Amino acid sequence: MTPHDALSGVPAEPGVPKPDPVLVVDGVCKDFGGVRAVDVEHLEVQRGVITALIGPNGAGKSSLFNVLTGFARADAGHWTFDGRGAAGLPAHRLALRGMVRTFQLTRVLPRLTVLENMTIAATGQRGERFLPAFLRPAWRRQERDIERRADELLERFRLADTRDDYAGYLSGGQRKLLEVARALMVDPALVLLDEPMAGVNPALRQNLLAHIARCAIPATRCCSSSTTWTW
Amino acid sequence: MRHLMVLLLLVVAALLTPSAAAAAQDGEAVGGTLRGPDGEPVAGVTIRVERAGQEIATATSGPDGRWRAAVPAPGDYDVTLDTGTLPDALTLREPDAATLRAVTIRPGQQRTVLFPIVSAADPAPGGAPGLPPAPSGPGSAAVLAQLTLAGIKFGAIIAITAIGLSLIFGTTHLINFAHGELVTIGAMAAFFLNAATIGPGWDLIPSALVAIAIGALVGAVLERALWRPLRIRGTGRIQLFIISIGLSLLLRHLLLVIFGSRPRPYTDYVIQRAVVIGPIAITPRDLVITVLSIVVLVAVGLMLLRTRIGKAMRAVSDDRELAEASGVDAARVDLYVWALGGGLAALGGVLFGLSEVVSWDMGFRLLLLMFAAVILGGLGSAFGAMVGGLVVGLIAQLSTAWFPVELQNAWALGLLILVLLVRPQGVFGRAERIG
Amino acid sequence: MDVIAILADATRSALGPVAALYALAAIGLNIHFGYTGLLNFGQVAFMLVGAYGVAVPVAVYGGPLWLGVLVGLALAVVLALLLGVPTLRLRADYLAIATIAAGEVLRIVFNAGFAQPVTGGVFGLSQFAGPFYAANPVPPGAYGLGPLVFGNRDVWVMIVGWGAVALATVGVFLLVRSPWGRVLRGVREDEDAVRSIGKNVFGYKMQSLVLGGVLGGAGGILLAVDAQAVTPNTFNPVVTFYLYTLVILGGAGTVLGPVLGSVVFWFLLSFADSALRQAIGAGYIPPQVIDPADVGALRFALVGLGLMLLLVFRPAGILGNRAEMRLGAGGSGVRRRRLPRATRKPVEGASR
Repeated sequence: MTPHDALSGVPAEPGVPKPDPVLVVDGVCKDFGGVRAVDVEHLEVQRGVITALIGPNGAGKSSLFNVLTGFARADAGHWTFDGRGAAGLPAHRLALRGMVRTFQLTRVLPRLTVLENMTIAATGQRGERFLPAFLRPAWRRQERDIERRADELLERFRLADTRDDYAGYLSGGQRKLLEVARALMVDPALVLLDEPMAGVNPALRQNLLAHIARCAIPATRCCSSSTTWTW
Repeated sequence: MRHLMVLLLLVVAALLTPSAAAAAQDGEAVGGTLRGPDGEPVAGVTIRVERAGQEIATATSGPDGRWRAAVPAPGDYDVTLDTGTLPDALTLREPDAATLRAVTIRPGQQRTVLFPIVSAADPAPGGAPGLPPAPSGPGSAAVLAQLTLAGIKFGAIIAITAIGLSLIFGTTHLINFAHGELVTIGAMAAFFLNAATIGPGWDLIPSALVAIAIGALVGAVLERALWRPLRIRGTGRIQLFIISIGLSLLLRHLLLVIFGSRPRPYTDYVIQRAVVIGPIAITPRDLVITVLSIVVLVAVGLMLLRTRIGKAMRAVSDDRELAEASGVDAARVDLYVWALGGGLAALGGVLFGLSEVVSWDMGFRLLLLMFAAVILGGLGSAFGAMVGGLVVGLIAQLSTAWFPVELQNAWALGLLILVLLVRPQGVFGRAERIG
Repeated sequence: MDVIAILADATRSALGPVAALYALAAIGLNIHFGYTGLLNFGQVAFMLVGAYGVAVPVAVYGGPLWLGVLVGLALAVVLALLLGVPTLRLRADYLAIATIAAGEVLRIVFNAGFAQPVTGGVFGLSQFAGPFYAANPVPPGAYGLGPLVFGNRDVWVMIVGWGAVALATVGVFLLVRSPWGRVLRGVREDEDAVRSIGKNVFGYKMQSLVLGGVLGGAGGILLAVDAQAVTPNTFNPVVTFYLYTLVILGGAGTVLGPVLGSVVFWFLLSFADSALRQAIGAGYIPPQVIDPADVGALRFALVGLGLMLLLVFRPAGILGNRAEMRLGAGGSGVRRRRLPRATRKPVEGASR
């Protein structure tokens, strides 16, 4: 049974309860100077499934993402991630708990190499604490493991050739791929892709889509994305 | 590189300019002119400046009776005339007034103090113009009213200079650290025309008008010869900011070489008798500065609201791409904004120089207060800068009712930090979009 | 004109105690600006608290010098925490204005009459570095080559100063090659992206501010000890501008950049100063054109001009990587030809 079959008995209507939700949102509102940008009564996102959030420009898709991932403060409402309350937590905490986002305008780290863009995203690094950072032996082995994992992902996303280039020299499509690959380095349970197809050349779209589908199924991860896909 | 050429020309011009500068020093000083009963200057009299019992400086009156003692920082000082050095025929009108206690010197101020001197044979008050009775602790409300007026004057000057700073940020996203030097250039241009020995010695009003034109021209030239080419090159925002710091250092010290380190006043409207209106005493000069500043602020406001170019400035400041797409020539607006900013800065410089004194670092001393005003009002908003300027001026002046005068600018800067703490994007600023 | 004397003057200041203490403070600033992207324009404030931290306990309260050094470093940590909590959430340019304002507030307060019992007010403090010089192991005499000589006092300060610089440089070398340094550089590039992958950006910025601030404080301590006196007006914002100039000159975001920058900066500054004075003295430049008293001011003007030219023509500095620079927060962008990212329309949206 693939994860998609779990949704077979679920009616296709907004806010419907799902059998195994990873994200449950209740009554989330966000105002910008009197304009209500986000007003979500109830939303559930099924684990291990690609869920698309669709709507016209200005519908508040990105704003909802910002609120859910801790990049913006909600004016009202609460939501749980993986069964635990997630409202009001800072963005990095939510990421460490497994909810990782990407950005509509791709955000790679231009003056870091592609490999560094990947390795920086690994969690629980001993060498990221101040004092152990001085002692290379304290983190060298872990670093090697992280690099191996990063190389595997780069291979999978066909970025291995660019491994040692500055990320700032990548093309727009490659940057998108790198950002998705970087999100996977965090070892997430849920990846929120904000407009993953925006600005990507149509020929590359199927390629990117295949990557997203491939990484969602085997790892039973769920990618939700805010977009107006037409496929 | 055209802008490079301009810079080199500036440097060469500075190197060729005859100068009379002494070593760099800060602006604050106390001074005055000693005159005997018949108005004749009294030379060779020693005056000591002390603080907390420690001697800070001494000065001796020159042949014209003038004396000046620089002090290291604003604050309260005791100024003592050494009666032993007075000519035998002369004495102080009030013998116990040889020491003026707690003379307050504000930041950047050239404080003038008076020692009434009479003939020793005639110690009773004679025909000499005397010192007004020592301030006998006026009521707190009167003090506050006086300080409020001073705050409005100071705030309006800050506001006039800050409008340009804010508009320049709004249209070109440059934090112009060299804006203070535009203020100084304006004040100095007017000084050259009005008071310099080699200048034409015009009245201050035409001098000020020419100074405003010069300020506008300098602003426009900077935009076209330096900032616009750099923007076209794609120089980043942080780099532009640091370049403006370099420009500020360069201009300021060239002005120091040209003007000299000694602060000097304009020749007109310097010594005036205060008019007493109710609890407030104000010189006609300060009254004119205050009223004129407010008139200028209103006029600029109307210009921004009503005229075509004013609307275009606000449009570009609000959303450059959208304004351009709507047919606004953004490059021309940039130029006008710089000219307007430069002209207003020059006017502010003349008013600041008139209300205090002209010195090489007057603009730099004003700069952080301008930033406080602009941030308070929200970077990019001209009206915000006006309100912010008035608030900063009032806080600086009113704080001296309760706290030491040397801290007056610290309160304004503290407010700046506080505002950023509460609203990181400024009071009226907008947050940037994420993602 | 005595070219040898000019070169000796320039070399003396390039290697002397002042260059060492500026290098130390600049290493700190490089951690802020070069590695973390924090536009800290209040570095001079860290030097101020370092200098007064060492001066006040010794000169006013009669404590031992080592205690003063500890107090100086501790005060730098405290200042970093106080300054960081409100300002580290700010956008880069706001941060610059807030930090420069904080530095000015400190200078004004230390100058104030009411602070005089502790800080000495405008007179400052002196006579606190005696034990340091008493411990000087260098025998009295002059050391050097030909016209380039240092007294034993200077040599002792230089040993300690450059020793501290070497130590700090090795520390920075180890740190920036670690995952910790990688996060710092990530924050410099895009803090939201780094936040989105689970890093506590505020925490890293604070660590950076504290570390760089402590180095600034150490520079201030060295300044106080070298001058044997401190006055608040030494610590005006221009010192921070100098530090930026030499960090960018050497190469921001490089390990040796600030050290090389300091040496080159002081060499050039002193060279210009000495050459101008000699030229005036020898009559090559008539005093009507440049008064000897103006040389000091012209020196500042040259720093300003140099800073501008550097950022326009060589923003990567001496050691920086030009290819890397082009990608930076707005080098001559290949991709973004017209307006840099920062000028993108600020849309109403999520606050940080």
